[in-house]
Amino acid sequence: MTMPYYVAPEQVMKDRAEYAQKGIARGRSLIATTYDEGIAIVAENPSRSLHKISEIYDRIAFAGVGKYNEYDQLRVSGIRHADTKGYAYSREDVDARSLANLYAQYLGQVFTHEMKPLEVEILVAELGTGQHPPQLYHIAYEGTITDEDRYAVLGGETETIAQRLEEAWVSGWPLPDALRAAVSALAGPDRTLGGSDLEVAVLAQGNGRRAFRRLMDAELEGLLG
Amino acid sequence: MTLPLFSTTEDPGPDFAGLIRRLRVAVHPMVAAPAGGSPAGAHGPGEFRHGTTVVALRFADGIVMAGDRRATEGHSIAHRAMEKVFPADRFSAVAIAGAAGPAVEMVRLFQTQLEHYEKVEGVVLSLEGKANQLGQMVREHLPMAMQGLAVVPLFAGFDLARQTGRIFTYDVTGGHYEETEHNATGSGGRDARTTIKLGYRVGMARDEAVELAIEALYEAADEDSATGGPDLVRGIYPLVATVTAQGFAPVPEDEVAERFAALIERRRAEGRQP
Repeated sequence: MTMPYYVAPEQVMKDRAEYAQKGIARGRSLIATTYDEGIAIVAENPSRSLHKISEIYDRIAFAGVGKYNEYDQLRVSGIRHADTKGYAYSREDVDARSLANLYAQYLGQVFTHEMKPLEVEILVAELGTGQHPPQLYHIAYEGTITDEDRYAVLGGETETIAQRLEEAWVSGWPLPDALRAAVSALAGPDRTLGGSDLEVAVLAQGNGRRAFRRLMDAELEGLLG
Repeated sequence: MTLPLFSTTEDPGPDFAGLIRRLRVAVHPMVAAPAGGSPAGAHGPGEFRHGTTVVALRFADGIVMAGDRRATEGHSIAHRAMEKVFPADRFSAVAIAGAAGPAVEMVRLFQTQLEHYEKVEGVVLSLEGKANQLGQMVREHLPMAMQGLAVVPLFAGFDLARQTGRIFTYDVTGGHYEETEHNATGSGGRDARTTIKLGYRVGMARDEAVELAIEALYEAADEDSATGGPDLVRGIYPLVATVTAQGFAPVPEDEVAERFAALIERRRAEGRQP
Protein backbone atom coordinates (compact mmCIF):
# COMPACT_ATOMS: atom_id res chain seq x y z
CA MET A 1 0.00 0.00 0.00
CA THR A 2 1.33 3.41 -0.89
CA MET A 3 1.05 6.10 1.77
CA PRO A 4 -0.02 9.62 0.83
CA TYR A 5 3.26 11.38 1.42
CA TYR A 6 3.67 14.74 3.07
CA VAL A 7 5.10 17.75 1.25
CA ALA A 8 5.87 20.84 3.27
CA PRO A 9 3.91 23.93 2.15
CA GLU A 10 7.21 25.80 1.80
CA GLN A 11 8.32 23.20 -0.69
CA VAL A 12 5.04 23.42 -2.67
CA MET A 13 5.32 27.20 -2.94
CA LYS A 14 8.97 27.02 -3.83
CA ASP A 15 8.30 24.52 -6.60
CA ARG A 16 5.49 26.61 -8.01
CA ALA A 17 7.54 29.79 -7.89
CA GLU A 18 10.41 28.06 -9.62
CA TYR A 19 8.08 26.72 -12.29
CA ALA A 20 6.60 30.16 -12.96
CA GLN A 21 9.97 31.88 -12.96
CA LYS A 22 11.35 29.41 -15.46
CA GLY A 23 8.41 29.98 -17.76
CA ILE A 24 8.76 33.75 -17.56
CA ALA A 25 12.54 33.70 -18.04
CA ARG A 26 12.12 31.81 -21.33
CA GLY A 27 10.48 34.86 -22.94
CA ARG A 28 12.00 38.20 -23.80
CA SER A 29 11.99 41.16 -21.43
CA LEU A 30 10.20 44.49 -21.41
CA ILE A 31 10.89 47.98 -20.08
CA ALA A 32 8.51 50.78 -19.20
CA THR A 33 9.86 54.20 -18.37
CA THR A 34 8.48 57.65 -17.81
CA TYR A 35 9.65 60.48 -20.04
CA ASP A 36 8.83 64.18 -20.32
CA GLU A 37 5.42 63.71 -21.99
CA GLY A 38 4.27 60.40 -20.56
CA ILE A 39 5.24 56.76 -20.41
CA ALA A 40 7.11 54.71 -23.02
CA ILE A 41 6.92 50.92 -23.10
CA VAL A 42 9.53 48.98 -25.05
CA ALA A 43 9.35 45.22 -25.53
CA GLU A 44 11.55 42.84 -27.40
CA ASN A 45 9.03 41.21 -29.68
CA PRO A 46 9.67 40.15 -33.26
CA SER A 47 5.95 39.53 -33.91
CA ARG A 48 3.92 42.30 -35.55
CA SER A 49 0.54 40.92 -34.55
CA LEU A 50 0.91 39.09 -31.24
CA HIS A 51 1.25 42.11 -29.03
CA LYS A 52 2.80 42.32 -25.58
CA ILE A 53 1.69 45.92 -25.09
CA SER A 54 -1.83 47.19 -25.51
CA GLU A 55 -4.39 49.81 -24.66
CA ILE A 56 -6.75 49.30 -21.73
CA TYR A 57 -8.45 52.66 -21.39
CA ASP A 58 -8.02 56.36 -22.08
CA ARG A 59 -4.91 56.78 -19.92
CA ILE A 60 -4.11 53.17 -19.05
CA ALA A 61 -1.92 50.68 -20.86
CA PHE A 62 -1.14 47.02 -20.28
CA ALA A 63 2.02 45.03 -20.91
CA GLY A 64 2.79 41.40 -20.23
CA VAL A 65 5.66 38.95 -20.51
CA GLY A 66 5.70 35.19 -20.25
CA LYS A 67 3.11 32.90 -21.75
CA TYR A 68 1.15 34.70 -24.46
CA ASN A 69 -2.25 33.04 -24.01
CA GLU A 70 -2.15 33.69 -20.27
CA TYR A 71 -1.31 37.37 -20.32
CA ASP A 72 -3.58 37.96 -23.30
CA GLN A 73 -6.50 36.62 -21.29
CA LEU A 74 -5.56 39.03 -18.51
CA ARG A 75 -5.32 41.87 -21.01
CA VAL A 76 -8.83 41.22 -22.37
CA SER A 77 -10.33 40.96 -18.90
CA GLY A 78 -8.66 44.28 -18.02
CA ILE A 79 -10.27 45.95 -21.04
CA ARG A 80 -13.60 44.44 -20.03
CA HIS A 81 -13.25 45.66 -16.49
CA ALA A 82 -12.30 49.19 -17.56
CA ASP A 83 -14.95 49.54 -20.27
CA THR A 84 -17.68 48.18 -18.01
CA LYS A 85 -16.69 50.50 -15.19
CA GLY A 86 -16.48 53.52 -17.47
CA TYR A 87 -19.87 52.69 -18.95
CA ALA A 88 -21.59 52.08 -15.61
CA TYR A 89 -20.06 55.11 -13.85
CA SER A 90 -18.01 57.63 -15.77
CA ARG A 91 -14.81 57.65 -17.80
CA GLU A 92 -12.91 59.48 -15.09
CA ASP A 93 -13.76 56.81 -12.52
CA VAL A 94 -11.61 54.23 -14.27
CA ASP A 95 -8.21 54.02 -12.59
CA ALA A 96 -5.18 51.81 -12.85
CA ARG A 97 -4.84 51.17 -9.12
CA SER A 98 -8.08 49.25 -8.77
CA LEU A 99 -7.33 47.28 -11.93
CA ALA A 100 -3.82 46.44 -10.67
CA ASN A 101 -5.34 45.24 -7.39
CA LEU A 102 -7.75 42.98 -9.23
CA TYR A 103 -4.91 41.50 -11.25
CA ALA A 104 -2.86 40.99 -8.08
CA GLN A 105 -5.74 39.24 -6.34
CA TYR A 106 -6.37 36.98 -9.29
CA LEU A 107 -2.71 36.06 -9.78
CA GLY A 108 -2.34 35.46 -6.03
CA GLN A 109 -5.36 33.23 -5.96
CA VAL A 110 -4.24 31.16 -8.94
CA PHE A 111 -0.78 30.84 -7.43
CA THR A 112 -2.02 29.39 -4.14
CA HIS A 113 -5.10 27.47 -5.21
CA GLU A 114 -4.57 26.13 -8.69
CA MET A 115 -2.42 23.30 -9.93
CA LYS A 116 -0.35 25.54 -12.13
CA PRO A 117 0.59 29.16 -11.47
CA LEU A 118 0.32 31.64 -14.32
CA GLU A 119 3.65 32.08 -16.06
CA VAL A 120 3.28 35.81 -16.51
CA GLU A 121 4.42 39.13 -15.18
CA ILE A 122 2.29 42.13 -16.03
CA LEU A 123 2.43 45.87 -15.95
CA VAL A 124 -0.40 48.37 -15.64
CA ALA A 125 0.72 51.87 -16.57
CA GLU A 126 -1.26 55.03 -16.01
CA LEU A 127 -0.47 58.44 -17.39
CA GLY A 128 -0.21 61.16 -14.76
CA THR A 129 -2.53 64.12 -14.49
CA GLY A 130 -1.98 67.59 -13.03
CA GLN A 131 -1.80 66.43 -9.42
CA HIS A 132 -0.80 62.79 -9.87
CA PRO A 133 2.53 61.53 -11.19
CA PRO A 134 2.54 58.72 -13.74
CA GLN A 135 2.18 55.30 -12.16
CA LEU A 136 3.63 51.93 -13.10
CA TYR A 137 2.16 48.92 -11.31
CA HIS A 138 4.28 45.83 -11.69
CA ILE A 139 2.50 42.60 -10.79
CA ALA A 140 4.44 39.36 -10.45
CA TYR A 141 3.22 35.79 -11.10
CA GLU A 142 2.32 35.22 -7.42
CA GLY A 143 0.38 38.45 -7.06
CA THR A 144 3.06 40.66 -5.56
CA ILE A 145 2.37 44.22 -6.61
CA THR A 146 4.91 47.02 -6.63
CA ASP A 147 4.40 50.56 -7.83
CA GLU A 148 7.11 52.54 -9.51
CA ASP A 149 7.15 56.10 -10.68
CA ARG A 150 10.38 55.94 -12.68
CA TYR A 151 10.71 52.71 -14.60
CA ALA A 152 9.85 49.01 -14.45
CA VAL A 153 11.54 45.96 -15.94
CA LEU A 154 9.61 42.75 -16.57
CA GLY A 155 10.74 39.30 -17.67
CA GLY A 156 13.95 37.33 -17.24
CA GLU A 157 17.32 38.84 -16.25
CA THR A 158 15.52 41.83 -14.80
CA GLU A 159 18.34 42.71 -12.43
CA THR A 160 21.01 43.14 -15.10
CA ILE A 161 18.64 45.03 -17.38
CA ALA A 162 17.47 47.29 -14.54
CA GLN A 163 21.07 47.98 -13.62
CA ARG A 164 21.90 49.01 -17.18
CA LEU A 165 18.83 51.24 -17.33
CA GLU A 166 19.51 52.78 -13.92
CA GLU A 167 22.89 54.02 -15.14
CA ALA A 168 21.34 55.88 -18.04
CA TRP A 169 18.05 56.98 -16.49
CA VAL A 170 17.34 60.72 -16.26
CA SER A 171 14.18 62.26 -14.82
CA GLY A 172 12.00 63.91 -17.49
CA TRP A 173 14.15 62.88 -20.44
CA PRO A 174 12.85 63.28 -23.99
CA LEU A 175 11.36 60.31 -25.86
CA PRO A 176 14.28 59.55 -28.24
CA ASP A 177 16.75 59.40 -25.31
CA ALA A 178 14.40 57.21 -23.28
CA LEU A 179 13.88 54.81 -26.20
CA ARG A 180 17.57 54.53 -27.05
CA ALA A 181 18.48 53.84 -23.41
CA ALA A 182 15.68 51.28 -23.02
CA VAL A 183 16.68 49.47 -26.21
CA SER A 184 20.35 49.28 -25.28
CA ALA A 185 19.45 48.12 -21.77
CA LEU A 186 17.32 45.33 -23.28
CA ALA A 187 19.99 44.39 -25.82
CA GLY A 188 22.96 44.37 -23.47
CA PRO A 189 26.55 44.90 -24.54
CA ASP A 190 26.74 42.01 -27.01
CA ARG A 191 23.62 42.51 -29.15
CA THR A 192 21.92 45.26 -31.08
CA LEU A 193 18.14 45.49 -31.52
CA GLY A 194 16.56 47.20 -34.52
CA GLY A 195 13.04 48.48 -35.08
CA SER A 196 11.87 45.11 -36.42
CA ASP A 197 12.81 43.32 -33.15
CA LEU A 198 10.83 45.72 -31.04
CA GLU A 199 7.31 46.57 -30.04
CA VAL A 200 7.05 50.13 -28.78
CA ALA A 201 4.08 52.14 -27.54
CA VAL A 202 3.57 55.33 -25.58
CA LEU A 203 0.97 56.86 -23.33
CA ALA A 204 1.47 60.51 -24.17
CA GLN A 205 -0.19 63.71 -22.96
CA GLY A 206 -0.59 65.13 -26.47
CA ASN A 207 -2.63 62.24 -27.90
CA GLY A 208 -6.07 63.48 -26.86
CA ARG A 209 -8.56 61.40 -24.89
CA ARG A 210 -7.02 58.08 -25.84
CA ALA A 211 -3.41 58.58 -24.87
CA PHE A 212 -2.16 55.20 -26.12
CA ARG A 213 -0.28 55.08 -29.41
CA ARG A 214 1.96 52.52 -31.05
CA LEU A 215 5.22 53.67 -32.58
CA MET A 216 5.99 51.70 -35.70
CA ASP A 217 8.17 51.40 -38.77
CA ALA A 218 9.61 54.68 -40.03
CA GLU A 219 8.55 56.70 -37.00
CA LEU A 220 10.23 54.26 -34.63
CA GLU A 221 13.39 54.02 -36.73
CA GLY A 222 13.53 57.81 -36.78
CA LEU A 223 13.26 58.04 -33.00
CA LEU A 224 15.88 55.34 -32.46
CA GLY A 225 18.18 57.25 -34.79
CA MET B 1 -16.04 44.40 -8.84
CA THR B 2 -14.01 41.35 -9.72
CA LEU B 3 -11.94 40.69 -12.79
CA PRO B 4 -14.41 39.67 -15.53
CA LEU B 5 -13.17 36.23 -16.57
CA PHE B 6 -15.18 33.73 -18.59
CA SER B 7 -14.78 30.10 -19.55
CA THR B 8 -14.00 29.63 -23.22
CA THR B 9 -17.58 28.61 -24.01
CA GLU B 10 -19.10 31.61 -22.21
CA ASP B 11 -16.70 34.21 -23.54
CA PRO B 12 -18.53 37.17 -25.12
CA GLY B 13 -15.56 37.95 -27.39
CA PRO B 14 -15.30 41.57 -28.51
CA ASP B 15 -19.03 42.22 -28.03
CA PHE B 16 -19.52 44.83 -25.32
CA ALA B 17 -23.32 44.59 -25.27
CA GLY B 18 -22.99 40.83 -24.75
CA LEU B 19 -20.47 41.45 -21.99
CA ILE B 20 -22.66 43.75 -19.91
CA ARG B 21 -25.58 41.40 -20.41
CA ARG B 22 -23.50 38.56 -18.97
CA LEU B 23 -22.20 40.70 -16.12
CA ARG B 24 -25.67 42.13 -15.51
CA VAL B 25 -24.45 45.68 -15.05
CA ALA B 26 -26.00 48.89 -16.31
CA VAL B 27 -28.21 47.11 -18.83
CA HIS B 28 -30.80 49.45 -20.16
CA PRO B 29 -34.13 48.08 -18.94
CA MET B 30 -36.82 47.50 -21.52
CA VAL B 31 -39.51 49.39 -19.69
CA ALA B 32 -42.80 47.52 -19.36
CA ALA B 33 -45.08 50.54 -19.35
CA PRO B 34 -43.68 54.04 -19.80
CA ALA B 35 -44.89 56.51 -17.21
CA GLY B 36 -46.37 59.93 -17.93
CA GLY B 37 -49.15 60.09 -20.48
CA SER B 38 -49.68 58.05 -23.58
CA PRO B 39 -46.78 58.28 -25.97
CA ALA B 40 -47.98 59.02 -29.45
CA GLY B 41 -45.33 57.77 -31.83
CA ALA B 42 -41.83 58.93 -32.59
CA HIS B 43 -42.76 62.19 -34.21
CA GLY B 44 -45.92 63.02 -32.32
CA PRO B 45 -46.15 64.86 -29.03
CA GLY B 46 -45.55 62.56 -26.06
CA GLU B 47 -44.39 63.32 -22.57
CA PHE B 48 -40.82 62.37 -23.41
CA ARG B 49 -37.97 64.40 -24.72
CA HIS B 50 -37.66 64.10 -28.44
CA GLY B 51 -34.72 64.95 -30.63
CA THR B 52 -35.51 66.30 -34.08
CA THR B 53 -33.76 67.21 -37.36
CA VAL B 54 -30.42 65.69 -38.32
CA VAL B 55 -28.88 65.66 -41.79
CA ALA B 56 -25.91 64.02 -43.49
CA LEU B 57 -24.51 64.56 -46.95
CA ARG B 58 -21.50 63.44 -48.91
CA PHE B 59 -18.93 65.79 -50.34
CA ALA B 60 -15.68 65.33 -52.23
CA ASP B 61 -13.51 64.40 -49.19
CA GLY B 62 -16.02 62.70 -46.91
CA ILE B 63 -19.29 63.51 -45.19
CA VAL B 64 -20.90 66.40 -43.35
CA MET B 65 -23.33 65.77 -40.54
CA ALA B 66 -25.43 68.34 -38.73
CA GLY B 67 -28.21 68.47 -36.18
CA ASP B 68 -30.32 71.09 -34.45
CA ARG B 69 -30.19 71.57 -30.67
CA ARG B 70 -33.81 71.52 -29.54
CA ALA B 71 -35.43 68.81 -27.43
CA THR B 72 -39.17 68.92 -26.82
CA GLU B 73 -41.45 67.37 -24.24
CA GLY B 74 -44.91 67.37 -25.71
CA HIS B 75 -45.46 70.94 -26.82
CA SER B 76 -42.86 72.56 -24.59
CA ILE B 77 -39.18 73.00 -25.16
CA ALA B 78 -37.27 70.75 -22.78
CA HIS B 79 -33.71 71.65 -23.68
CA ARG B 80 -32.19 74.28 -25.96
CA ALA B 81 -28.65 73.05 -26.28
CA MET B 82 -28.96 69.32 -26.73
CA GLU B 83 -26.27 67.56 -28.72
CA LYS B 84 -27.50 65.21 -31.41
CA VAL B 85 -24.33 64.71 -33.43
CA PHE B 86 -21.61 62.57 -31.86
CA PRO B 87 -18.33 61.06 -32.94
CA ALA B 88 -18.88 57.27 -32.98
CA ASP B 89 -15.16 56.68 -33.27
CA ARG B 90 -12.28 58.35 -35.08
CA PHE B 91 -13.71 57.83 -38.58
CA SER B 92 -17.44 57.87 -38.10
CA ALA B 93 -20.23 59.97 -36.68
CA VAL B 94 -23.71 59.20 -35.46
CA ALA B 95 -26.69 61.52 -35.19
CA ILE B 96 -29.93 60.78 -33.41
CA ALA B 97 -33.60 61.61 -33.78
CA GLY B 98 -36.39 60.31 -31.61
CA ALA B 99 -36.79 59.84 -27.87
CA ALA B 100 -33.79 61.62 -26.34
CA GLY B 101 -33.19 59.41 -23.30
CA PRO B 102 -32.82 56.08 -25.06
CA ALA B 103 -31.15 57.75 -28.05
CA VAL B 104 -28.31 59.24 -26.00
CA GLU B 105 -27.95 55.95 -24.14
CA MET B 106 -27.76 54.10 -27.45
CA VAL B 107 -25.01 56.41 -28.66
CA ARG B 108 -23.02 55.84 -25.48
CA LEU B 109 -23.34 52.09 -25.86
CA PHE B 110 -22.42 52.29 -29.54
CA GLN B 111 -19.32 54.40 -28.86
CA THR B 112 -18.19 52.03 -26.11
CA GLN B 113 -18.91 49.05 -28.34
CA LEU B 114 -16.71 50.31 -31.18
CA GLU B 115 -13.84 51.19 -28.89
CA HIS B 116 -14.18 47.90 -27.01
CA TYR B 117 -14.01 45.91 -30.23
CA GLU B 118 -10.97 47.85 -31.36
CA LYS B 119 -9.09 47.27 -28.12
CA VAL B 120 -9.97 43.61 -27.67
CA GLU B 121 -9.37 42.63 -31.30
CA GLY B 122 -6.53 45.03 -32.00
CA VAL B 123 -8.15 46.15 -35.28
CA VAL B 124 -10.88 48.63 -36.12
CA LEU B 125 -14.25 47.40 -37.40
CA SER B 126 -15.01 48.13 -41.04
CA LEU B 127 -17.50 50.93 -41.69
CA GLU B 128 -20.04 48.38 -42.85
CA GLY B 129 -19.46 46.42 -39.63
CA LYS B 130 -20.09 49.51 -37.56
CA ALA B 131 -23.31 50.23 -39.47
CA ASN B 132 -24.50 46.66 -38.83
CA GLN B 133 -23.71 46.94 -35.14
CA LEU B 134 -25.83 50.06 -34.85
CA GLY B 135 -28.61 48.29 -36.75
CA GLN B 136 -28.62 45.49 -34.18
CA MET B 137 -28.90 48.02 -31.37
CA VAL B 138 -31.85 49.73 -33.03
CA ARG B 139 -33.49 46.33 -33.56
CA GLU B 140 -33.06 45.38 -29.90
CA HIS B 141 -34.72 48.65 -29.04
CA LEU B 142 -37.83 47.75 -31.07
CA PRO B 143 -40.07 46.85 -28.07
CA MET B 144 -39.53 50.35 -26.70
CA ALA B 145 -40.07 51.85 -30.14
CA MET B 146 -43.44 50.10 -30.24
CA GLN B 147 -44.32 51.95 -27.06
CA GLY B 148 -43.59 55.27 -28.68
CA LEU B 149 -39.94 55.63 -27.67
CA ALA B 150 -38.47 55.23 -31.12
CA VAL B 151 -34.84 56.02 -31.82
CA VAL B 152 -33.84 56.61 -35.42
CA PRO B 153 -30.13 57.23 -35.87
CA LEU B 154 -28.23 58.41 -38.89
CA PHE B 155 -24.76 56.96 -39.31
CA ALA B 156 -21.99 58.18 -41.59
CA GLY B 157 -18.27 57.86 -41.80
CA PHE B 158 -15.20 57.65 -43.92
CA ASP B 159 -14.57 54.17 -45.32
CA LEU B 160 -10.79 53.77 -45.17
CA ALA B 161 -10.83 50.70 -47.40
CA ARG B 162 -12.82 52.39 -50.17
CA GLN B 163 -11.47 55.89 -49.47
CA THR B 164 -14.89 57.48 -49.60
CA GLY B 165 -17.58 58.86 -47.33
CA ARG B 166 -20.68 56.68 -46.79
CA ILE B 167 -24.06 57.34 -45.19
CA PHE B 168 -26.48 54.84 -43.63
CA THR B 169 -30.06 55.49 -42.57
CA TYR B 170 -32.16 53.34 -40.25
CA ASP B 171 -35.76 52.59 -39.51
CA VAL B 172 -37.19 51.59 -36.12
CA THR B 173 -36.87 47.88 -36.90
CA GLY B 174 -33.09 48.18 -37.25
CA GLY B 175 -33.22 47.93 -41.02
CA HIS B 176 -30.47 50.04 -42.50
CA TYR B 177 -29.97 51.30 -45.98
CA GLU B 178 -27.01 52.93 -47.57
CA GLU B 179 -27.65 56.34 -49.08
CA THR B 180 -25.80 57.33 -52.18
CA GLU B 181 -25.59 61.06 -51.53
CA HIS B 182 -27.55 62.48 -48.61
CA ASN B 183 -30.37 62.03 -46.15
CA ALA B 184 -32.10 63.62 -43.19
CA THR B 185 -34.23 62.21 -40.42
CA GLY B 186 -36.40 63.47 -37.57
CA SER B 187 -39.61 65.48 -37.56
CA GLY B 188 -38.09 68.21 -39.76
CA GLY B 189 -36.35 65.69 -41.97
CA ARG B 190 -38.70 66.17 -44.87
CA ASP B 191 -37.99 69.88 -45.21
CA ALA B 192 -34.29 69.33 -44.72
CA ARG B 193 -34.24 66.63 -47.41
CA THR B 194 -35.99 68.86 -49.91
CA THR B 195 -33.54 71.70 -49.29
CA ILE B 196 -30.55 69.42 -49.70
CA LYS B 197 -32.02 67.85 -52.82
CA LEU B 198 -32.39 71.27 -54.47
CA GLY B 199 -28.87 72.42 -53.66
CA TYR B 200 -26.92 69.18 -53.93
CA ARG B 201 -24.24 68.45 -56.51
CA VAL B 202 -21.90 65.45 -56.68
CA GLY B 203 -18.36 66.22 -55.52
CA MET B 204 -19.09 69.40 -53.60
CA ALA B 205 -16.31 71.10 -51.69
CA ARG B 206 -16.32 71.01 -47.91
CA ASP B 207 -17.46 74.64 -47.51
CA GLU B 208 -20.36 74.23 -49.92
CA ALA B 209 -21.49 71.06 -48.16
CA VAL B 210 -21.37 72.70 -44.72
CA GLU B 211 -23.30 75.63 -46.16
CA LEU B 212 -25.98 73.34 -47.58
CA ALA B 213 -26.34 71.38 -44.33
CA ILE B 214 -26.84 74.63 -42.47
CA GLU B 215 -29.41 75.82 -44.98
CA ALA B 216 -31.29 72.53 -44.68
CA LEU B 217 -31.49 72.87 -40.89
CA TYR B 218 -32.57 76.47 -41.27
CA GLU B 219 -35.45 75.48 -43.54
CA ALA B 220 -36.44 72.58 -41.28
CA ALA B 221 -36.53 74.86 -38.24
CA ASP B 222 -38.67 77.29 -40.19
CA GLU B 223 -41.36 74.67 -40.86
CA ASP B 224 -41.12 72.28 -37.91
CA SER B 225 -41.97 73.39 -34.36
CA ALA B 226 -39.79 70.69 -32.81
CA THR B 227 -36.64 71.75 -34.66
CA GLY B 228 -34.59 74.61 -33.27
CA GLY B 229 -33.06 77.21 -35.56
CA PRO B 230 -29.99 79.29 -34.77
CA ASP B 231 -30.55 80.88 -31.37
CA LEU B 232 -28.97 84.30 -31.87
CA VAL B 233 -30.07 85.54 -28.45
CA ARG B 234 -28.35 82.81 -26.47
CA GLY B 235 -25.65 82.10 -29.05
CA ILE B 236 -26.66 78.46 -29.51
CA TYR B 237 -26.10 77.07 -33.02
CA PRO B 238 -26.69 73.68 -34.59
CA LEU B 239 -23.83 71.22 -34.36
CA VAL B 240 -21.98 70.50 -37.58
CA ALA B 241 -19.15 68.00 -38.05
CA THR B 242 -17.19 66.51 -40.92
CA VAL B 243 -15.57 63.09 -41.26
CA THR B 244 -12.77 62.78 -43.80
CA ALA B 245 -9.59 60.75 -44.24
CA GLN B 246 -8.22 62.87 -41.37
CA GLY B 247 -11.02 61.72 -39.08
CA PHE B 248 -13.91 63.32 -37.23
CA ALA B 249 -13.71 67.10 -36.97
CA PRO B 250 -16.37 69.37 -35.47
CA VAL B 251 -16.97 72.56 -37.46
CA PRO B 252 -16.06 75.43 -35.07
CA GLU B 253 -19.06 77.19 -33.56
CA ASP B 254 -17.79 80.57 -34.81
CA GLU B 255 -17.82 79.30 -38.37
CA VAL B 256 -21.36 77.95 -37.99
CA ALA B 257 -22.51 81.27 -36.52
CA GLU B 258 -20.90 83.20 -39.38
CA ARG B 259 -22.49 80.98 -41.98
CA PHE B 260 -25.94 81.45 -40.47
CA ALA B 261 -25.44 85.21 -40.39
CA ALA B 262 -24.27 85.13 -44.02
CA LEU B 263 -27.25 83.00 -45.03
CA ILE B 264 -29.73 85.44 -43.53
CA GLU B 265 -27.85 88.42 -44.99
CA ARG B 266 -27.76 86.87 -48.46
CA ARG B 267 -31.48 86.19 -48.47
CA ARG B 268 -32.25 89.76 -47.44
CA ALA B 269 -30.02 91.06 -50.22
CA GLU B 270 -31.78 88.83 -52.73
CA GLY B 271 -35.11 90.23 -51.63
CA ARG B 272 -36.28 86.87 -50.26
CA GLN B 273 -37.74 86.28 -46.84
CA PRO B 274 -35.01 85.39 -44.39
